[in-house]
Amino acid sequence: MSRYLRFLVPLAIFAVIAAFLFKGLDENYNPRAIPSPLIGKQVPEFSLPLLEQPDTQITNKDLLGKVYLLNVWATWCVSCRAEHETLVQLGRMNKVDIYGLNWKDERVAAQAWLRQLGNPYTANIFDKKGRTAIDLGVYGAPETFLVDAQGIIHYKHAGPVNPDLIRDKILPMVAELKKKG
Amino acid sequence: MMFVRSFLLSLFFLVIATPLHAATLAEYTFEDPQKAADFREVIDEMRCLVCQNESLAGSNAELAVDLRNEIFDMMTAGQDKDDIIRFMVARYGDFVLYDPPMKPSTYPLWFGPLVLLIIGALVLIRALRKKSVTQETELSNDEQQRLDTLLKQPSDSKDAQK
Repeated sequence: MSRYLRFLVPLAIFAVIAAFLFKGLDENYNPRAIPSPLIGKQVPEFSLPLLEQPDTQITNKDLLGKVYLLNVWATWCVSCRAEHETLVQLGRMNKVDIYGLNWKDERVAAQAWLRQLGNPYTANIFDKKGRTAIDLGVYGAPETFLVDAQGIIHYKHAGPVNPDLIRDKILPMVAELKKKG
Repeated sequence: MMFVRSFLLSLFFLVIATPLHAATLAEYTFEDPQKAADFREVIDEMRCLVCQNESLAGSNAELAVDLRNEIFDMMTAGQDKDDIIRFMVARYGDFVLYDPPMKPSTYPLWFGPLVLLIIGALVLIRALRKKSVTQETELSNDEQQRLDTLLKQPSDSKDAQK
């Protein structure tokens, strides 16, 4: 018995370590990701100006009735720049609306960014104080939420989205949610 | 003498270091000292989401500052510690608490160290038992003689044999 244990115990330990290390190889694995308690809950109430038109307010109720992505971004966020091209491409596909939540940013800088890098957003919510971001449990940009027509959050991705994630995870979920209506 | 001096020196640095830490929180003043204590306690118990090994009290990350301000406003408006904890957990989950509640998803956190301790203790007991068994084995007369002759040999003879 103990003769086998001498080999089996190190093998088992090796297998456990290998499994954890293998998980770390996944490109979409984010060790700093925190499971969001908002999955399955309503998008929190907000009433904020648009980035493009400071005088126009947008509320959570304006977004009801369609499936959309809510992307938290800012010009001071380096990963957001890395992610932006992917969002532009997703916008061109016309498969899902993307709303931006411009987080603790300068309005002029954010507008210039969209002019320069392209604007995949249907509209941008301008959250200067970051209060709505707190209600959404945002802890670092970029973050992306998938919301259904009833305003319920179904998925959250912390960190930049990439084409694989969009193809394999986000678009299938969008199609599913659109079917349900 | 040397010891006393270094002791006094460390004491001095300890004393000046404490107000430095408190200085970042000096802007939060409460009329009620109980509230001030509650505020300190609650931000010490919360994890900063950006620098995940710092508490909300200790972190200078922008989000930590925003959250401290939010908690300060809530407490000034009359909400208590439990309200704050509910507010934070609803947004950031149990992860935000340094003292997480006991429930199935946190069982590994609570009992993991205990399980590892038990495994470690079992391994240790096994190893010790094995060792004590070998120690108790006594050499037979024959073996004792062989050992004596081996020990009496000059130490370089073993190398010469190689």
